[in-house]
Amino acid sequence: MEDLERRAAQALAAIEQADTLDTLESLRVGLLGKSGIVTAALKTLGTLAPEQRKARGAEVNRVKERLVDALATRKAVLEQAELDRRLASEAIDISLPGRDGERGGIHPITRALERIASIFARLGYQRVDGPEIEDDWHNFEALNFPPHHPARAMHDTFYFGDGRLLRTHTSPVQIRTMAGRQPPIRIIAPGKVYRSDSDQTHSPMFHQIEGLLVDETSSFADLKGTLAEFIRAFFERDFEMRFRPSYFPFTEPSAEVDIRWETEDGQSRWLEVLGCGMVHPNVLENCGIDPERYTGFAFGLGVERFAMLRYGVSDLRAFFENDLRFLRQFA
Amino acid sequence: MKFSENWLRELVEVNADRAALAHALTMAGLEVEELTPLGDGLAGVVVAEIVAAEKHPQADRLQVCKVDAGQGEPLQIVCGAPNARVGIKVPLATVGATLPGGIAIKAAKLRGVESFGMLCSAKELGIDADASGLLELPLDAPVGKPLAAYLGLPDASFELKLTPNRPDCLGLVGLAHDVAALFGSHVKTVAQAAVPVSSEARRGIRLEAGKDAPRYLGRIIEGIDLAAKTPLWLAERLRRAGLRPINAVVDVTNYVMLELGQPMHAFDDDTLDGDIVVRHAHTGETLKLLDGNEAKLDEGFVVIADEKKALAVAGVMGGHDSRVTDATRNVFLESAHFAPAAIMGRARKLGLHTDASHRFERGVDPGLPRRALERASELLLAIAGGRAGPVLVAENAADLPQPVPLTLRRARLKRVLGADVADAEVARIFTALGMRVETTADGWQVTAPSGRFDIEREEDLIEEVARIFGYDKIPTHSPSGALALAIEPEARINELALREQLAARGYYEAVNLSFVAAQLLSSWGFNERVVPLANPLSADLAVMRPSLLPGLVEALRHNRARQQGRVRLFEVARVFRHGPVGREEPGIHGLTHPQAGDPPVETPSLAIVASGNARAEQWGEPSRTLDFHDLKGDLDALIAWGGEPERWSIHADELPSWLHPGRGARVARDGETVGYLGALHPGLARELDLGPDVHVLEVALEPLLARRLPRATAIPRFPAVRRDIAMDLPESVSWSRIEQTVRGTLGARLRELRLFDRYSGKGVEAGRKSLAMGLILQDASRTLTDDDADHWVREAVNALEQTCQGKLRG
Repeated sequence: MEDLERRAAQALAAIEQADTLDTLESLRVGLLGKSGIVTAALKTLGTLAPEQRKARGAEVNRVKERLVDALATRKAVLEQAELDRRLASEAIDISLPGRDGERGGIHPITRALERIASIFARLGYQRVDGPEIEDDWHNFEALNFPPHHPARAMHDTFYFGDGRLLRTHTSPVQIRTMAGRQPPIRIIAPGKVYRSDSDQTHSPMFHQIEGLLVDETSSFADLKGTLAEFIRAFFERDFEMRFRPSYFPFTEPSAEVDIRWETEDGQSRWLEVLGCGMVHPNVLENCGIDPERYTGFAFGLGVERFAMLRYGVSDLRAFFENDLRFLRQFA
Repeated sequence: MKFSENWLRELVEVNADRAALAHALTMAGLEVEELTPLGDGLAGVVVAEIVAAEKHPQADRLQVCKVDAGQGEPLQIVCGAPNARVGIKVPLATVGATLPGGIAIKAAKLRGVESFGMLCSAKELGIDADASGLLELPLDAPVGKPLAAYLGLPDASFELKLTPNRPDCLGLVGLAHDVAALFGSHVKTVAQAAVPVSSEARRGIRLEAGKDAPRYLGRIIEGIDLAAKTPLWLAERLRRAGLRPINAVVDVTNYVMLELGQPMHAFDDDTLDGDIVVRHAHTGETLKLLDGNEAKLDEGFVVIADEKKALAVAGVMGGHDSRVTDATRNVFLESAHFAPAAIMGRARKLGLHTDASHRFERGVDPGLPRRALERASELLLAIAGGRAGPVLVAENAADLPQPVPLTLRRARLKRVLGADVADAEVARIFTALGMRVETTADGWQVTAPSGRFDIEREEDLIEEVARIFGYDKIPTHSPSGALALAIEPEARINELALREQLAARGYYEAVNLSFVAAQLLSSWGFNERVVPLANPLSADLAVMRPSLLPGLVEALRHNRARQQGRVRLFEVARVFRHGPVGREEPGIHGLTHPQAGDPPVETPSLAIVASGNARAEQWGEPSRTLDFHDLKGDLDALIAWGGEPERWSIHADELPSWLHPGRGARVARDGETVGYLGALHPGLARELDLGPDVHVLEVALEPLLARRLPRATAIPRFPAVRRDIAMDLPESVSWSRIEQTVRGTLGARLRELRLFDRYSGKGVEAGRKSLAMGLILQDASRTLTDDDADHWVREAVNALEQTCQGKLRG
């Protein structure tokens, strides 16, 4: 009996020192296998008297349990160590760049234009478009510009041989919309427009957004409210703002809108950002809408101007050079 | 419109300083574009006469002057101005004065000679830009008088950016009415006396241009002296309005134009033959103008003629041969009304823009000619003497615009403005603006003065009230009107989403101008049905682009020239071509059927250009140059988005000349060509100085945006089986033919055919290729057994062997 105890103590020490799973496995076979010490001790039980056999059997089983526990504990320790080693060897450089993570970007004009359009969409304005090659009626006459009128001189116009022209503003879309339906109307018409003028602050092609609202109640006060909300929503801040009387043949009264803009040197100045007014009754009549029953307002803004202010672009021409070093700044 | 502030203040009382006046004008729609203060800080500057001048003993360029400044003893002043000489009157800054530029005048020694003050140029005084020498004052300038008082300073030049509807403000009296209304004041009425007639000289006037020239007044003034100098006060007012004084006749007519707004003209009466005839020009008639150029006229022009020849283009410019010269003694003054429609565009047609045409094409008060003629006579007689003949009048009363009373309803005013304006204020505004107002039960009846061409209907009166009342006093309010909900079709991809999708695939959006050089289009072979501009800015911007690609490839080139090797750009915009008459063409609102005479077809288009490596440079995978199938993958992804790939097909035939014939494809939807993609033709690439790696794609936008509205079907209940095969096939057999063959053989039970490898080279005969493909089979009614699967794969292989010369590889 002392012999089993002694050998068990030796075995426990050996288990504790086993440093590989293989060593541990051979220890297990040596202790618990067919020729192991526990099996041998159990075999001797048959030689004992029945009353001794029970006590002795219980002792042997206790020894066996201790050995099994010790083996399991050591095995767990060794397995954990092995796993730790393997995980350590599998470590990668997570700071390397990811694969195919690059992305392009939309143009800043599109970005500003879509931002403006979405603000008006939330106010219930439907997006419409019209042709860029227009006729004189839609671009000028229906908008209350008589032939040769000096107001036309403010629009340096590109013509085609047949008398058609490139629209000088998005306002003809007003005519096309109103000629096809009755109020209530809330539309915006974004798009390209053209003026035969090219220098540091003028591009022969640029982008405008026209807005038009016609219903039975709208007034100049509503126009002021709409544009004030729009400016605040676009720039996400409040501005000092002023409406200044101006002249467009297709609106009456007409206004230009200035905002108080702070320049980088801390100065501030009035900056003209859009033109607007109450739709001229002649224009409503030209489109078959009764100006007694309906009133409306219209506004037009230059997308490049808004993009320049919003994103700090100082040179208009940068928009049309398509230099990737510029475009990447808006990704 | 540029004018002197002091002059305006003489015509209307303004209880406000300069800044407040400027602000009020801007906020009334008369935008002050520039404001130049003149002659501020002239205390201590007086009129002085140089009574002696000697060379400075120590300096060649300096003179030692004795100057009489009215202080008894002449002052000694050292002066370096080249025009300093005895006898002239000049401004003297006395000791103690500080000039506008900040120079403080002290007694000083200049090269050893004492100097007690400084003789000044106009620039040093801040009243003009001229720094070439001393400002020479008229010889009758009173010595010792403070210069500011003498010149009517300080003053300011205001420059207004007037809108075309306000020609009445192109004369100060008209402008004064707006100022009066803004400041609650009144325009001072100038007593208007007719000058005494002291000559019988007259000429007949015949009006033969109908409603284009309904009123013409003239007068002969005999015996004027053109050596007479225009008085300083008048010359200064002209100068501060941006006009140079020239001679008494020109200065007087200019002055009256600035004061009243009536352009006038003066002829040398001795050059005229018989009656004045106001008529339309004859086609082919020519006239040498004041500026020396020969005007070619036609019946659209009105001319002032005598019985033999045209003398002037009415409302635009006088003629050279009848002009007033230094030798002129007798003048014929013209003061007429021409209808705006008769003048509009005429100056432009002659390449001119004059003060007269600017006013007449916008509208000049038809009531002004007599008043202007008398005013000019009065000034001219006072300056240059002479004897005035009787006022000669010709008019067709019926063709003159008649003032029409307009009704303004109180309720309409409130509805349009959304503001309450007190009745008394409305009446005050109209009265101050020179309108006649009567109150009616529900508003006002208003008659505008004859110079207000912009007042035509009720809305125009509303604008007048709003302008003077102040836009800033109109409340700010959100519209509350009815709203028609706009329905967004779900079966259409949002254009912004498409752009974002391309951005997500690594492309940057470009925006090019819509016009390109004809030369560039010709390199690409776009010669037919193009749409050129009649008046392009330059040859580089002469033709509306029929395709986005030429411009987009130029943008790619721009970037490649700036060390950007891998360039990926896209653009969404319209392209322009004359429609092939009778054939369908995708236009802005779907398909159009162009007819002869129709406008060019505008087709929204998407284009992509790419060059360089297929993927951004990276550490993990070998780099590879972009090829056809990279771009095709982009197209496939866009097509897949629409949910109906079966409607799309690509074809190797009928390619445009700008594509590589073996690496290009035509894209069709429902059999209709909608675009192209592929490698740029090597010849074109060489011409554009680009490498063989440039690939392009252009597809009409609308078909790409079309999208299937999903319709759910049951998920198959039975599992699918996959079998992989490798086939050895001739190179000439296209994948689409193989796909068709397999699909044709297996029908609906082939759920998918996937190509997962393509190999040619060692182990495969030359001219042949090995394709590895996976057949995914599924039956809707039962689970396929291994035997079923083997059977169908064998069928597919047989078909490929029989129709495509295929061989199953081991």
